[in-house]
Amino acid sequence: MNMEEKIQLHKDVEAKVESKKWFYSETVKEHFFKPKNFLLSEEKAKEADAKSDGVGQVGSPACGDMMKMWLMIDRESERITDCKWQTFGCASAIASTSMLSVMLTENGGMKIEEALQIKPQDIAARLDGLPQRKFHCSVLGDKALRAAVNDYFRKTGQDARVIVGGAKVIDKILKITDKDIEEAVLEGAHDFETVQKKTKVGVYDKNCIPEVEQLIRFYREKYFG
Amino acid sequence: MNKELYFDNAATTAVDERVVEAMKPYFSMTYGNPGSMHTLGLEAKEALDSARVMLARFLNCSDEEVIFTGSGTESINMAIKGAALALQKKGKHIITQKTEHPAVLETCEYLEKQGFEVTYLDVDVYGFVSLEKLKEVMRLDTILVSIMYANNEIGTVQPIKEIAEVCKENKVLFHTDACQAAGYLDMDVKNLGIDYLSMNGSKLYGPKGVGILYVKSGRPLSPLIHGGGQEYGKRSGTENVPLIVGLAKAVEIADGEREREVARLTEMRDYLIRELLKRIPKSLLNGHPTKRLPNNVNVTFLNVEGETLLLELDQYGICASTGSACTSKTLEPSHVILALGRPYEVAHGSLRFSLGRYTTKEGIDKLLGILPETVEKYRMLSPVHLQESQI
Repeated sequence: MNMEEKIQLHKDVEAKVESKKWFYSETVKEHFFKPKNFLLSEEKAKEADAKSDGVGQVGSPACGDMMKMWLMIDRESERITDCKWQTFGCASAIASTSMLSVMLTENGGMKIEEALQIKPQDIAARLDGLPQRKFHCSVLGDKALRAAVNDYFRKTGQDARVIVGGAKVIDKILKITDKDIEEAVLEGAHDFETVQKKTKVGVYDKNCIPEVEQLIRFYREKYFG
Repeated sequence: MNKELYFDNAATTAVDERVVEAMKPYFSMTYGNPGSMHTLGLEAKEALDSARVMLARFLNCSDEEVIFTGSGTESINMAIKGAALALQKKGKHIITQKTEHPAVLETCEYLEKQGFEVTYLDVDVYGFVSLEKLKEVMRLDTILVSIMYANNEIGTVQPIKEIAEVCKENKVLFHTDACQAAGYLDMDVKNLGIDYLSMNGSKLYGPKGVGILYVKSGRPLSPLIHGGGQEYGKRSGTENVPLIVGLAKAVEIADGEREREVARLTEMRDYLIRELLKRIPKSLLNGHPTKRLPNNVNVTFLNVEGETLLLELDQYGICASTGSACTSKTLEPSHVILALGRPYEVAHGSLRFSLGRYTTKEGIDKLLGILPETVEKYRMLSPVHLQESQI
């Protein structure tokens, strides 16, 4: 039996799963142990690089999460006809990418414009929730999708449609951006003190503190409100 | 739960049946307060006293030097804050190292906010602190050095006796967190030259919720918990007699079996390390090959995240642990692995297997039968393909 078949079956595990306590939701468990639409092996990934309409990669192994997403898109209908992925990360990162791939391809495939409306909360909701400190996993899935769609826009000469999320420098001395603060909030820092501990924001550039506090409130409400 | 597949003994251990039996009478039969003058109280006092005698013998110290606390963490807090408060007129500088347990690091950070100064020493690639460096950072206002005996994540055993000597030469007091060392290493405080030592029972088959602080006679310590003056005025609160009795029993058993158990575990540890590195490509041992706790194995499997392996193993009834991003509250990877100079990529893929009294060769073989394929699976799902040469 090859690895792909083993993952589909996951027999040994399933037999035991029923009665066990589990850290995440049942849906996360399902998508972690039996992920959907994954690409197994480096070779398959290389093949997909060549033939996909859009490829997106976000995160890094140093951060503990990295995702790569391959999309097949029908030009005429702008529907996503296929979505494959690979993920390095924890269980909720794997489950988030798996769930996102299902959301994109179910019911004949989602239209690009519709797909771009997906929010990290939507992925988390379909997974029946993620623990707060794992919420960034669904954000990463969302970002991978955006990167893949942008790649499609570029490849098809639709540069005008590329969505650029520019970062704004908040802390002028340490060059800390609003993205960094967003990232910190997503990782569980919900007040100024913890965000500062994580990012060192405002340690030298005291003038930015009110703006940082405002951003923390904004992102806290956006993701957790 | 199959105890043979429990490889998380450094987190906590099962309570030994003999310990459970020893504790039983003190919950609802001999439940008196050791401070009471009636028979029931005196009986409880007697149990408390003999537990203290047992532990004093274990540490080779006198009875009054053993203070019972509520956990290893409490002992550590008490030693560091208690010494700092008592000595702050003399100086406000403390020395520790980067790979300490959060109980030490967070306590030191708290003290920094209170105006103390703390030096966090670097460690080498195996996790050893340098004696030369320690000598260099000693100052006239240094009041305390806190260096752990053995590391909880990577098992590195520090040259504790030598560190104690450097402290003595500099007339600085020395505290060691011995929570992981107890039951495996020499705990003779006189031989080691220690001023304060913290340990607990939940890592050596005793109950949770009880710890000891050894305070060398005459060493200053400002109490953190004030009240009825129990524990020689150093830690007030009615003594938790059943747990204290349990701790003493656990220590007695562990001490009696120590030599044999250390030999048995060392052999299994080396077998597990050898086989893991052999059977799983791109795996790296964290910590020193031999100067580590007899029950500690910590390995990084490149290109996979530790949590995925941990959860998959759990489905087979195998318990291990990870200090990586996903178990910690902050999502930061293990501060210990990072302190070794390993990159973040390596820290994210580390897994700790801590063996124990109920570990068998068969259990290890079962683990070895499952892990290589599990690692392979998540590597195949991973878009990251780092080579050892890139690390």
